Amino acid sequence: MTATVILPAVLRPAAGGLGRIPVEADSVGAALDQLAREWPLLERRLRDERGRLRQHVRLYLEADDISDLAGMATPLPEGSRLHVIPAVSGGC
Amino acid sequence: MEYMTVVRESEMSEVVLLIGTRKGVVVARSDQAGSDWRLRPLQLIMSEVYGVGIDTRGGRLRLFAGAANPHWGPTVVHSDDLGESWSETDAAPIAFPEDTEAALIRVWQIQAASDREPGVVYAGVEPHALFRSEDGGISFELVRGLFDHPHRPEWAPGNGGACLHTVLPHPTDPQRMLVALSAGGVYRTFDGGATWEAANSGIQAYWMPEEERFPEFGQCVHKLAQHPDHPERVYAQNHFGVYRSDDYGTSWHPIESGLPSTFGFTVLAHPGDPETAFIFPLQADSERMPPDRACRIYRTRDGGASWHPLGRGLPQSGYHSAVLRDGMCTDFGDPAGVYFGTRNGEVFATRDAGESWELVAEHLPDVLSVRAAVVA
Repeated sequence: MTATVILPAVLRPAAGGLGRIPVEADSVGAALDQLAREWPLLERRLRDERGRLRQHVRLYLEADDISDLAGMATPLPEGSRLHVIPAVSGGC
Repeated sequence: MEYMTVVRESEMSEVVLLIGTRKGVVVARSDQAGSDWRLRPLQLIMSEVYGVGIDTRGGRLRLFAGAANPHWGPTVVHSDDLGESWSETDAAPIAFPEDTEAALIRVWQIQAASDREPGVVYAGVEPHALFRSEDGGISFELVRGLFDHPHRPEWAPGNGGACLHTVLPHPTDPQRMLVALSAGGVYRTFDGGATWEAANSGIQAYWMPEEERFPEFGQCVHKLAQHPDHPERVYAQNHFGVYRSDDYGTSWHPIESGLPSTFGFTVLAHPGDPETAFIFPLQADSERMPPDRACRIYRTRDGGASWHPLGRGLPQSGYHSAVLRDGMCTDFGDPAGVYFGTRNGEVFATRDAGESWELVAEHLPDVLSVRAAVVA
């Protein structure tokens, strides 16, 4: 399946300036594994070395938070968009 | 690339002061007299910088920052151009191996080894672990000897986290090193990190029942300071208790006469005199504010037999801030500059061993760590 990972501006320098990255993956986890191979600096901004999504990173498949779906096992439909969202959290 | 050369005595030299804050890092520079501080704008914005380091070995001048972004996680970055730019490898500079089932939370300490190991840099991290780099601090590997220590499952996190916060490579013997962690205490190696032993004899765990107050390990050591020319002499600031060891941690003895409080986070040995050390006492751990609400460094000039307050040039009333465990440093110059940063975002400096202090910076985010060096 071909999907697109969409990055916030702050992460684009970690992906060579790209804002949209095409991935050939059938799940969210497989998409991030592809990022780990192609853009390791970007991928480790999203997941720790255990492969767990960082606490204040959210991934939305279209309009749905993957934590409300099947997490990393969430299937990626053909042509879907996976949005990387910095959570609105954290204090000051 | 043209590197700067480190010197200890030169009219032409300048001081580089690296300031890690809760929201980024600042590089400050001055002539060695400290009369004209120039500060770069805050960099690594929105990253907590608990550990900074400066490597001046072998003609190199490399700055390090252990930066943890609340969204994007922790890393180590370095700069070879005095903060013009910061770099990191694509692969994580520090990552726990898969079999450990651990993940890096923060880098608390970045410490170059001695001149005898010019490529070696150590990092103390959270969760409790020590990492070693052999390529000048670009990439690190877990020191298994400490991570596999049978005490590790019993080390507890301090209020700030499960941090290995102090790394003191021996200045002349690469086989020896001291580390300290909260709350596990002091550990030392005599075989280059292959094996480690607890070195807490004499340090009190005040919160324990009376008959159990001197355990083998588990003490909440907040910071160690070692004199570079007398490495057997080590000072310790504990969660209650200031101590000295003259035998590389084999035994510790309280040195608290004249102190208004034995609680605090930081301790610094003066490189010009092994009998001189500095601390920043805080009133009881239930307050964690300076006694008399005055910003005062306490100094000993007799190895801790007595302590005296130093406040000239520092705020002397209505002061509620604190100095954290890596918030004080020296530039190892001659004479040595001493610097400390506060949670108020101030940085102060002295060139006369604390007799008088001047303001280097103010209104920064909370200062978490400082390191300085004299460079040509």
